Amino acid sequence: MKLSELKPGQTAIIKDFSDDDLSLRFLEMGCVPGEEILLERIAPLGDPIAIRVSGYSLCLRFSEAESILISTTENK
Amino acid sequence: MAAEKTLKVALAGNPNSGKSTLFNILTGLNQKIGNFPGVTVDKKSGFAKINNTAVEFIDFPGSYSLNALSEDEKVLPDVLHDKNNPVHPDVVLYVADATNLRRSLFLCTQIMDTRIPVILVLNMIDLLEKSDEAIDVAKLAEELGINVFAITARDAKGIEELKLALIEPLELPKRKILSEEINETDKAKKQRTETIQRYKAIGEVLKKTVTKKEGGLGSSVTKKIDDILTHRIYGFLIFFAVLFLVFQSIFSWSAYPMELIEQLFSAGEEFLLNHLPAGMLTELLVNGILAGISGVVVFIPQIALLFAFIGILEDTGYMARVSFITDRMLRKFGLNGRSVIPLISGVACAVPAIMATRTIPNWKERIITIMVTPLMSCSARLPVYTLLISLVVPSEKVLGFLNLQGLILMALYMIGFIAAILTALLMKFIIKARERSFFIMELPVYRAPRWSSVGLGILEKVKVFVFEAGKVIVAISIVLWVLSSHAPGDRFQKIEEQFRSPEFSQQHAPEELEKLIATEKLEQSYAGIMGHAMEPVIRPLGFDWKIGIALVTSFAAREVFVGTMATIYSVGDENNTMSIREKMQAEINPETGEKRYSTAVAFSLMIFYAFAMQCMSTIAIVYSETKSWKWPLLQFIYMSALAYFSALVVYQVMK
Repeated sequence: MKLSELKPGQTAIIKDFSDDDLSLRFLEMGCVPGEEILLERIAPLGDPIAIRVSGYSLCLRFSEAESILISTTENK
Repeated sequence: MAAEKTLKVALAGNPNSGKSTLFNILTGLNQKIGNFPGVTVDKKSGFAKINNTAVEFIDFPGSYSLNALSEDEKVLPDVLHDKNNPVHPDVVLYVADATNLRRSLFLCTQIMDTRIPVILVLNMIDLLEKSDEAIDVAKLAEELGINVFAITARDAKGIEELKLALIEPLELPKRKILSEEINETDKAKKQRTETIQRYKAIGEVLKKTVTKKEGGLGSSVTKKIDDILTHRIYGFLIFFAVLFLVFQSIFSWSAYPMELIEQLFSAGEEFLLNHLPAGMLTELLVNGILAGISGVVVFIPQIALLFAFIGILEDTGYMARVSFITDRMLRKFGLNGRSVIPLISGVACAVPAIMATRTIPNWKERIITIMVTPLMSCSARLPVYTLLISLVVPSEKVLGFLNLQGLILMALYMIGFIAAILTALLMKFIIKARERSFFIMELPVYRAPRWSSVGLGILEKVKVFVFEAGKVIVAISIVLWVLSSHAPGDRFQKIEEQFRSPEFSQQHAPEELEKLIATEKLEQSYAGIMGHAMEPVIRPLGFDWKIGIALVTSFAAREVFVGTMATIYSVGDENNTMSIREKMQAEINPETGEKRYSTAVAFSLMIFYAFAMQCMSTIAIVYSETKSWKWPLLQFIYMSALAYFSALVVYQVMK
């Protein structure tokens, strides 16, 4: 599953990346495999999105979110 | 006293870590802005004395990693890896946001592993105390093998201890965080593996030093504010309200101090003219140099007001939300969410607007914003528009309630805006990107603005403008003065002799005579010669050589057009729009026998002023912001071409 398929309020675990260039940037920002993320909100026009990772909010474009592969976790 | 070596301290850290606030506290007003050696990245350095040791603090651009992407971010790794670099530091003061320790430690440990002394500063410890986490500072220092200090930069808590630690003998970090060498030849793969392992190592450190506690607020306040500020209705309403406030401030509030500055300068100019011996030097001083300086100083209120707002918007974290809600719309045009403030400010004045593009992190989006901002109709175009509209557009009502003159004026503003957007779209495809466009950025927690940083930010912008763009403005202003007040040979002398002769002085009152002499002199000056020379080129637009002169002189600023018209038509007082209008209305085109300022000519002129880069201050600021003549020249060429051909079409269709 891709991060772009997640709905606001849902959490997931980062598995892998499908874009080599982007992946380094994500890794450096703390989005490492095994890390839990929460989709906080989607911008009013449908793009970009904001996620909570590693204790802070990170925003990224929908197209960038497509390159993050995740597995969903149960909603707490 | 022997001259001791200055201790060089680099300040590094993530964006939003409070690094600049700490820098300001450590250095006070004793700051200097320059460039990092070899690159066009701004370097802020500051000086202080701690017990007798001279210390130079160097503020490095905020970044998240040493694997740099942009030119700004590359400075830190380049300087750290080059021991011979003149700004290579003796020690790195690493500023970390205590509420965001995990990500902050990533760059910190990267720097430590380059084997340089590092002192870790945990900033915003007050916010941490309110959160649901606690850090064992002593344990963290032990685990990392470096000195760690907990401070709150906003109220300068813990600063004294930190300063004293800087002048202690410096030690290298006791260990490497990532000790094993990774066997991987592919650079990108190696960087990725390193990043994952480094986060693992940081995780180990944090396990031993950070504990969860009960009853923390977490980020719920920020979440609640975001629910409103990024709401699909309230979010945009609030954003428009903020834009309106910013626009109001630079459009109308700044008018009072600007008027005061102009009055002060003209009083000063008059005083000098009356008290200095008449002659070339006095005229150069007053009409060339002083007029140029006045043209620089008059921008300060607008710049200060705009950057007060931008400082507050950035500092509170709101600017990141503006990008968040507008990115989708603006991305299509090659612009960034942060382009909105410059574009709207451009309606008041392009100079502070272009300075405001600094906040756009992506190089290409910033360049496009700089290139199109001067197309927005600035307030200097207004006097030109109102004069020409009142000349040819009747003041009548359309549909019973709309004023026709007002409608035309609004249309001119719309044309400027549409041209800016379309040009941006075009440039999106032409300009090559230096880096891939990312939108991966932090949405910082909301905070109250730090007034001292806002204040210092304003001061810095004003300084940059006065000392960098100011030089260019004064130089061009002197050139323009020479062009309009000098003539080849003894032309001026002959004019004086001719007009002082009895046949003239008997016919005209002395005041009248002065105006006639001024007109004749302008026509005979170098600017006049240029106007004549330009005539064949601008005739297809409906312009004659007199308009040509105004095009030359109004390069100083668009509104000078009105003043030049006043001189050309011997009106004298440029504030007397009524009589300028009457004179212009009476002007006959000798070739056609009809009015010179026909509707076609007036519209052609207005379109020309809407698009042409008739502003030396904008050229100066684009040069100082892009640090090269390439962009201001390209901008001048494309805007002049756009202006020429649009005016050509308008005149040929309407005549």
